[in-house]
Amino acid sequence: MSSAVADVPRGRRSRALPSWRRVRRLPLSVRIGGAIVGVMALAALFAPILAPYGPNQLDFGAVLSSPSPQHLMGTDDTGRDVFSRTLYALRYDLVVVLFVTYVSLPIGVLTGALAGYFGGVVDAVVSRLGDVMIAFPFIILVIAIIAIVGPGITGFLIGVPLASWAIYARIARTEMLVLREQPFMLATTALGYTKRRAILRHAIPNLLRPCFVFSTVDLVGNTLLLAGLSYLGLGVQPPTPELGAIIASGQAYLLTAWWVSTLPGLVQVLFGVGVGLIGEGLSDGGLGRETL
Amino acid sequence: MSLLEIEGLRVEFEAADGPPMVAVKGVDLTVEKGEVLGLVGESGSGKSLTCRSVMGLIPSPGRIAAGSIRFDGAEVREMKRAQLRDFRAHSVGMVSQNPFTSLNPVFRVGDQVVETLRVNRGMSKSAARAEALSLFERVGIADPERRLLSYPHELSGGMCQRVMIAIATASHPRLLLADEPTTALDVTTQAQILELLAEMRREQGMSLLLVSHDFGVIAQICDRVAVMYGGHIVETGPVETIYHDPEHPYTQALLSSIPELESAGARQRREPIGGHPPELSEVLPGCVFEPRCRYARPECKSLPMTLVPVGGDHASACPVRPLAAAAPESGKAGAEA
Repeated sequence: MSSAVADVPRGRRSRALPSWRRVRRLPLSVRIGGAIVGVMALAALFAPILAPYGPNQLDFGAVLSSPSPQHLMGTDDTGRDVFSRTLYALRYDLVVVLFVTYVSLPIGVLTGALAGYFGGVVDAVVSRLGDVMIAFPFIILVIAIIAIVGPGITGFLIGVPLASWAIYARIARTEMLVLREQPFMLATTALGYTKRRAILRHAIPNLLRPCFVFSTVDLVGNTLLLAGLSYLGLGVQPPTPELGAIIASGQAYLLTAWWVSTLPGLVQVLFGVGVGLIGEGLSDGGLGRETL
Repeated sequence: MSLLEIEGLRVEFEAADGPPMVAVKGVDLTVEKGEVLGLVGESGSGKSLTCRSVMGLIPSPGRIAAGSIRFDGAEVREMKRAQLRDFRAHSVGMVSQNPFTSLNPVFRVGDQVVETLRVNRGMSKSAARAEALSLFERVGIADPERRLLSYPHELSGGMCQRVMIAIATASHPRLLLADEPTTALDVTTQAQILELLAEMRREQGMSLLLVSHDFGVIAQICDRVAVMYGGHIVETGPVETIYHDPEHPYTQALLSSIPELESAGARQRREPIGGHPPELSEVLPGCVFEPRCRYARPECKSLPMTLVPVGGDHASACPVRPLAAAAPESGKAGAEA
């Protein structure tokens, strides 16, 4: 491993060189989705620079003013700039949602891979545990946990991974059952590799793609769940800028000041579309046919 | 002492109901140092299972029920886990039938060779890279530098098989198990791969156990041949002898079923072997070939299958044939119809 740095040029450079060509070979939907999500991620990242106002900066002189060059998305009932709040909300939502999704994924992939590879007792334990999690309505489970730990983000951070690892485990297990019989997996045994190496280094990279594709669906679902919970008052508490909370705050003014709920809602839709496009393109098999 | 000695190998498959199915029924086999042994037979004759038994790679409901497998005097079946891993990593290599699915689709082929070298030969990353390059050159891959960076799907079947051979021979095994290494390849590539295997054996003094259903492939590079049928070895001997002077009726039938180019006006009719090979569940107390044998006699149904020497290194499991040869017409049973 110590020689890794010295050797990087040989492998990595030739690997990195055709990267732009690789990007152009990706399906159109992945490129469009990637562009949407990328722009939103950058906007979220640079929210403090891009936002013309602070997220909680009140201005009672400009309460519920309609979209204008001063306030791109208008202002809410306390005169806060909706555009600025949306940028900060995006930041918050992205971090939280990426975290819960990509914490669930590796846990699920690993347990599912073990279940599929070893079968028997391991499989029985993992599968039954997963069945319980999947059989239980997801939202109810999360709300139940929120009921225990109290409203706020903690319940979401605990509840979502607790349930959604099971879906990744199920996908990974099914894929592993097929993979296990592949000659190249047999070859890992024939070469005297350890089981650990066979599973971690040889099988799991092959399992990642279907799981990653599913994670794009999961990502959208989790974004909506977070917004939904905040909307219900169970998630992020005011005044923290969060998309669902912003949308909920504008609910009362939907007929008089439509922009408070609608424009952040559209941002949320756009994010969902972007992620969905990436997922669809990936599942079509554009990202390297090397995955069989 | 032979490099590989298999004695009384029996491979069974558990059946959900009833007795286990026996796929390999007491096989004796030896591979000498530096020798190329061909294992030939139809599909389902147990040749691949025999080959995979050596590495302890019998697919899951199956198991080795009896027999001993000794490699260089050490009993493979009694090896502890770490010993077995070491044995697989250093002493034997395996090349299997389908070169495409034998390589991991998500990794560059070069990285797969490098991994083997690092894991099994403890090489540093840069040393392994250099060695991978020279291995690629040795197995005859054109433009090896670029090929190291290719993914399996970017290579042809023959090329993938060369990569497999490079991986299997990376740690200089003393025995290479090649299970139908050329079946998935076209004839030209097949010849090149066989030539490569023969060359590697000459250079490294490696022994080779070559499994094939194709007598042509066997004849090309083998020293000795063992013919399998219905889980038994029915005949074994030097390739020349088996090819020109087969003793066992099955071997004869197998050879006469091979299509040949017409040579100098001599128009020989190909003869297919009538009937079907025995089902795994069928238990025949006597000779397994008896139902399809043109020399079959009543006593064949009860005579056990044992290899009997018929001169030199040549042995056959048919005690009736020598008698039948004396009076060939007498035994022709229903095989004609």
